[in-house]
Amino acid sequence: MKILVPVKRVVDFNVKVRVRSDGAGVDLANIKMAMNPFDEIAVEEAVRLKEAGVADEVIAVSCGAAACQETLRSAMAMGADRGVLVQTDEELQPLAVARLLQAICKQEECRLVICGKQAIDGDAGQTGQMLAALLGWPQATFASRVVAEHERVTVTREVDGGLETLELTLPAVVTTDLRLNQPRYVTLPNIMKAKKKPLVVVTPEALGVSVAARVTTVRVTEPAQRQAGRLVADVAELVDRLKNEAKVIA
Amino acid sequence: MTILVLAEHDHQSLKAATFNAVAAATALGDDIHLLVAGADCQSVAQQAASLAGVSQVLLVDALQYRDQLAENLAALILAHAEGYDYILAAASSVGKSTLPRVAALLGVAQISDVIAIEDAQTFVRPIYAGNALATVRSADPVKVLTIRSTAFDAVAIGASTPIKELDAGPDLGLVRLVGREVVQSERPDLTAADVVVSGGRGLGSGENYHQVLEPLADRLGAALGASRAAVDAGFAPNDYQVGQTGKIVAPQLYVAVGISGAIQHLAGMKDSKVIVAVNKDPEAPIFQIADYGLEADLFTAVPDLVRELG
Repeated sequence: MKILVPVKRVVDFNVKVRVRSDGAGVDLANIKMAMNPFDEIAVEEAVRLKEAGVADEVIAVSCGAAACQETLRSAMAMGADRGVLVQTDEELQPLAVARLLQAICKQEECRLVICGKQAIDGDAGQTGQMLAALLGWPQATFASRVVAEHERVTVTREVDGGLETLELTLPAVVTTDLRLNQPRYVTLPNIMKAKKKPLVVVTPEALGVSVAARVTTVRVTEPAQRQAGRLVADVAELVDRLKNEAKVIA
Repeated sequence: MTILVLAEHDHQSLKAATFNAVAAATALGDDIHLLVAGADCQSVAQQAASLAGVSQVLLVDALQYRDQLAENLAALILAHAEGYDYILAAASSVGKSTLPRVAALLGVAQISDVIAIEDAQTFVRPIYAGNALATVRSADPVKVLTIRSTAFDAVAIGASTPIKELDAGPDLGLVRLVGREVVQSERPDLTAADVVVSGGRGLGSGENYHQVLEPLADRLGAALGASRAAVDAGFAPNDYQVGQTGKIVAPQLYVAVGISGAIQHLAGMKDSKVIVAVNKDPEAPIFQIADYGLEADLFTAVPDLVRELG
């Protein structure tokens, strides 16, 4: 079984982004970029399935600018066998990415797609579900446990109120939540090895997919900042202020 | 403008978030249809009929909706999508799983976590863990939106709306529910509670989490929440997590105990009306957004707080 793992290049999760003064977006100049953390979890899970003998091959795919090659190399350093970059400088929205992945999935005859539940830049959380719908496949979002066999995958999901376990007939799409696994650290020898793994570059046009944006961003603004409050001296003052100033407790 | 809202329920009653999703719909138009899909969910449809602002309740009663799974729900919405200008659901685990499928099959964008509606095609949503707000415009013929519950005040009840039964959609049979572990709790629902008491890594253990926080939550009638660090460490179950990738809450009072305040956590609670932070580290970022900060050892401060509250 081939597993496809989409990986996105995003602003590193430790960076607090700043909104540009012209309102056109956030300032990305000289900002540290990294693989979306949920996608790292997806790569890890796919590589573990290969190590367990369930999967034969793990293919990482990224959609975006040439710099996404770095993200693919990171995925290969974690253990993905090869990379596919769908290269474009267009801004890609979830439906466009889902259509690109659909084309790759068909080309590669993948039976399982494991992707992050959301990217930490756009926070949309749509691509996996859209891909599953376009392919007519079942999905298991927010996975915290994945048991894959050859014809089915059993997934425990983190849902409102608790956990839910689903059994999906393959082919299927799984999206990863935080507690699915702890991604491995990449070692220097594996980084070197990853440089020699195959990476092909294709274009949306070659895949026959239009990536035109459907939604336009009118402006990006800073959220209202909370006023820093006050430090209280002790518990008695806290209770007094909550009762008499904030009036949130009786 | 005709709007379809997917009702979320447990076959007994509507989830609170549905009241907020309907409220968002009222900002878009006045022909609002509330879709109740389930197996044996008449009582939910009755309750749905009482929501103010709803012009029609659509009831689909069939076994394939018993488990509220995204594949069949999306196929059902798709089968009835014609004529709707908007399709809405709460940004809950069901809504977030279902609506992207609907949008993809309609060939339109989906807009996630809408927190404000500027006009018929312009919406505001948080990006980058809420560190920026994007105002986006969609020219799609059908706009598919998930609604962040905390941003819209729940609609009232008291109406008496007609209920219309609809035909079921296809049963795709791609997925089987094996089991659910629902955390049973006497406490209010985390996302709808007026008061949330939340614990972080500072509590040190699951035992401490419960011993320290439960008396305070009991006294305040609060829901319990947790930071990602506390959930990862096993102090609290996963569905207690508040933050960018967990629950988004905006209670009247949020009490953060032993939580340092990573940006991912702040993203989930910074719209609370009043924030109280108890932390022994004066440098903790949580103090920069707390209305009232108490720099103290939580193991003495929290029991003192319970006593002081009486």
